[in-house]
Amino acid sequence: MDLLLNNFWELTITGLAYGAIYALIALGYTLVYGVLRLINFAHSEVFMYGGFAAVWVLTAIGATKATGLGTAGFLVVAFATAMAMSALVALVLEFVAYRPLRKRNSPPLIALISAIGASYTLSEAMGLRDKPFKWFGKDQDLVRYVGRPREASPFPLNIEVKRLFYVFDYHVSNIDLIVLGAAIIMMIGLDQFVSRSRLGRGIRAVAQDPESAALMGVNRDRVIRLTFVLGGAMAGAAAVMYLLKVGQIRYNSGFILGVKAFTAAVLGGIGNLRGALLGGFILGVAENYGQAVFGGEWKDVVAFTLLVVILLFRPTGLLGESLGKARA
Amino acid sequence: MNAVRNFLHGVGDRFRALPRWAKIVLAIAAAVFVYLLPIINPPLITTTDSDFGAVLFLCALYALVAIGLNIVIGYAGLLDLGYIGFFAIGAFTVGILGSAHGNIPLLLCIPIAMAVTLFSGIVLGAPTLRVRGDYLAIVTLGFGEIVRLVLVNADGLTGGSRGISNIPTPPSLDLFGVPHLVWDGFVAKVDLSNQTRFIQFSVTDSIPYYWLALTLVFIVLFLDWRMQNSRVGRAWEATREDEDAAELMGVPTFRFKLLAFATGAAIGGLSGALFATKQQFINPDNFTILYSVLFVAMVVVGGQGNRWGVILAAALLTWAPEKFRFLSDARFLLFGLVLMALAIFRPQGLLPPRRSVRAKRADEETEVLEEGAAHV
Repeated sequence: MDLLLNNFWELTITGLAYGAIYALIALGYTLVYGVLRLINFAHSEVFMYGGFAAVWVLTAIGATKATGLGTAGFLVVAFATAMAMSALVALVLEFVAYRPLRKRNSPPLIALISAIGASYTLSEAMGLRDKPFKWFGKDQDLVRYVGRPREASPFPLNIEVKRLFYVFDYHVSNIDLIVLGAAIIMMIGLDQFVSRSRLGRGIRAVAQDPESAALMGVNRDRVIRLTFVLGGAMAGAAAVMYLLKVGQIRYNSGFILGVKAFTAAVLGGIGNLRGALLGGFILGVAENYGQAVFGGEWKDVVAFTLLVVILLFRPTGLLGESLGKARA
Repeated sequence: MNAVRNFLHGVGDRFRALPRWAKIVLAIAAAVFVYLLPIINPPLITTTDSDFGAVLFLCALYALVAIGLNIVIGYAGLLDLGYIGFFAIGAFTVGILGSAHGNIPLLLCIPIAMAVTLFSGIVLGAPTLRVRGDYLAIVTLGFGEIVRLVLVNADGLTGGSRGISNIPTPPSLDLFGVPHLVWDGFVAKVDLSNQTRFIQFSVTDSIPYYWLALTLVFIVLFLDWRMQNSRVGRAWEATREDEDAAELMGVPTFRFKLLAFATGAAIGGLSGALFATKQQFINPDNFTILYSVLFVAMVVVGGQGNRWGVILAAALLTWAPEKFRFLSDARFLLFGLVLMALAIFRPQGLLPPRRSVRAKRADEETEVLEEGAAHV
């Protein structure tokens, strides 16, 4: 308990930084759920591929150490690649695993099975990435990218931790600032896109009533593709933030993070964008407090207990489920 | 695909059309064959890279799990992603009472384990079953993970990540030895040097455990059949198809959902106990969420609501990765691809329940009629 009181602001800020990562991944779950009523179980793999893309590109351009503007440049490259890769994987996922099911009007549980299959396939493909290169004898040339595929790949860019300013008694670091700043920019951007743009209106229309939306001239398939791309891009951004905070990524890193992010989405009310953000931040902070009070090994127990308790009192999450109805 | 479906239904119809005595004879013959599988070691089916008896035990164990989860998902329509939690509670109850903190014989541990999981099913179900659909999925997923983390962290009780060893075995009666068959191509020979003692439970021979698991499968299957054909089974079906309508017709849906959840939990606990006594050593790593996902996959792939379908799927999904062990690392990649392919090409599962086949046909007919009317 003392630990919590003495480090209250540190725990809050680092909790918010983790919460931002959860929230960005949760956006992907919530967008897809809002439009398709489908738990996109493979979203965690979308996140993981973005992280690997960032690691590879930074390795390829030799970004190891940089200062000032150089760091900023490398970070922009990392974010751009990760977001592009994740969006691409999400798009392929939709095309291969979900579209054929939609065409056949399969029951929702079957989509979950397809998603589980896709999740296995994607994560195992990453865990076996050295195999195809071995057949061509190229794995030694590419050992920096495909060597030891079951081990964690470190983030090559080494950013020196600088303490910038105080929030009460916590000295905020540049990494906290980058993570929180980037996350907030993405979130505001997405929120505005969905609530103001023409395409965003299409998303809300399909979420509210797919048939009427189709009758009003909304191209449902295009809207679905768009939600996968948007959710994927957010997951890619989250992957770079995860790399900044944690420093490495593995072929199975996505799973537990995906479960947490989905928890965050449900906590806030699945299908509701602002709910996902709120849920993510609350989860991140609550986990950190719980960790301080009960000890680090109980962190995940606190997260899931919080979820169960909140669902008991508010069965549709904190803000309710409504991508369509709210202006959000 | 249609050909396969028609073939399977053809076999089913043919079987139903047989006279009663022939049905009984065939069923007994099939049961005897299944019991003798690890003795016969049929070529093509036998796993060459891992102990066939052990693989069959796992098949029977997961069949038991699938029957239990089928009650929850298939009959009552509750998506439970935390089934491994009950499995783990069952296993650890046996471990704690039989080895870590007590010396209770196994045959007493198993009913206690079932009672404990039944109780934990009610404790989890009572608050959470008011939550519907996908929310239930995530709450149960959270529960499964909480159970695992508590097992890891409460090391005073569970031994933490070191786990529990020396779990008691069932009592043995050494009556006689059963020699195995060996196959040279398609010619069978009796191998007298390799015998299974009837019925000696030991670390070295998994076959007696397979027989035990199979016996439990048959018992649970019988109870499952009686339950589904009773008032309870009809209440579950009504709740699954339309909860509001069922409630209006006077079905206390919440109570029946809780019953399904608790029954499923108890069967999960029974399987966990069986797993513990076979392994003799358990630690929390045996009970990760991935197993919950695998269990759900078994039920859905088999055809939710059809007990033979889920047994078939459980056996296939357990056997195939062992049979194709030579693919080593790529097994799970292929597993994922197969799940996707099944979802796309056979969305109703390998053996969909007959009732749903009929319901679907009726739905299609109504649709055709409605479309016709719309075109006039």
